[in-house]
Amino acid sequence: MNRVKKSAAVLALLCSSVVFGETKDQAQGGDLKAQIKEYIAHHLQDSYDFSFFSYTNDQGEHVYVGLPLPIILWDNGLKVFSSSKFHHSETVANVDRNYYALHHNKIYKTDAAGTINYDEAQHATNNKPLDLSITKSVVSMMIVFLIMFFLFKSLADSYAKNGGIAAGIGRFFEPIVLYVRDDIARPNIGDKKYKKYMSFLLTIFFFIWFLNILGLTPLGVNVTGNIAVTFGLALLTFLITNLTGTKDYWLHIFDPLGSTMAWYAKVPLYIILIPIEVLGIFIKPFSLLIRLYANMQAGHIVLMSLIGLMFIFKSWLGSPLSFGLAFAISLIEVLVALLQAYIFTMLSALYFGFAAEEHEHH
Amino acid sequence: MVGAGLVVIGVGMGIGRIGGSAMDAIARQPDAYGKIQTAMLIAAALIEGIGFAALFAVS
Repeated sequence: MNRVKKSAAVLALLCSSVVFGETKDQAQGGDLKAQIKEYIAHHLQDSYDFSFFSYTNDQGEHVYVGLPLPIILWDNGLKVFSSSKFHHSETVANVDRNYYALHHNKIYKTDAAGTINYDEAQHATNNKPLDLSITKSVVSMMIVFLIMFFLFKSLADSYAKNGGIAAGIGRFFEPIVLYVRDDIARPNIGDKKYKKYMSFLLTIFFFIWFLNILGLTPLGVNVTGNIAVTFGLALLTFLITNLTGTKDYWLHIFDPLGSTMAWYAKVPLYIILIPIEVLGIFIKPFSLLIRLYANMQAGHIVLMSLIGLMFIFKSWLGSPLSFGLAFAISLIEVLVALLQAYIFTMLSALYFGFAAEEHEHH
Repeated sequence: MVGAGLVVIGVGMGIGRIGGSAMDAIARQPDAYGKIQTAMLIAAALIEGIGFAALFAVS
């Protein structure tokens, strides 16, 4: 319990240091379709502040309402400052006479005027400091981490109190946990070894599911649609698969034909087979990361494009149509959120099953 | 853009066939519902992954 209190205190401190900020900049003219495109692109990216909404006020200025988040840079020493210093990439942040500017959602080191130099291909050539910032995605993951920690901690306590019988919200989560155990882990990994992998499978299942659901809320976080996040998750699966691989798993890769053939017959085959098998080690987690990323990204794009149609049609017929479509797609996305978490867990379990396999030697 | 359309047609046909075959299989063997569904989802997910990879390559 002491640890819980401590983490709660840290969270309260973090929250109190962050204040609601309102910043303004001039409204940009331009054509509506380009604006919608830019809005969608902006939504899909990670950002340095947690903005809830923005509007244009009577004076024609854009007003953003949201929380600035801490920016942590390593640039000849640790630099920590609030993202409100950027004023939504309008101004140059001055940190102890080091100047940083936001350009296309990346932090560059600049001079006091915020000049960005370009090469022939229009890429910025300024130095990029090592960026360890707590961005919107990181905050969302922390929220999900806290939700999961307190939820499953309280579930464990309630099981201990009620003598192993589910109570309250546990009645909802118990069948899901049992499903992961009995229908995902056991058939794929085998009765003998599945227990070792259960903690990872359950964690990854609920983590992805909660993040996907959080992405459908009006908070508009797109965490699992971020390729870096899915890369991290797939990397875990990759590491666990290969670090727990048995002798048979590696034999299957480097000697797939075994003793069924003479060695001189195997050599020409293995010139092709072994590279394919070795590539397979990397392709398996790669397909995991692409699938989750692409599904969530595509879902968000479709949803926001349908909502964007409302502003393009501007008619009494178009708005209900786009609302209806967006509503239907939202419902499908709720299903996809669960399905993708299931597929990721399922395929992870399948790969663990390969790694844990033990043949009976003939 | 034509490539993107072709990719989607191919993926749609592929997943449609998987779904249809799974329906047939379940009708024949209602007891094996769970196993068939799992196999169907895995196959569909693999095709979908290829489809997304192709879409990203095209666009």
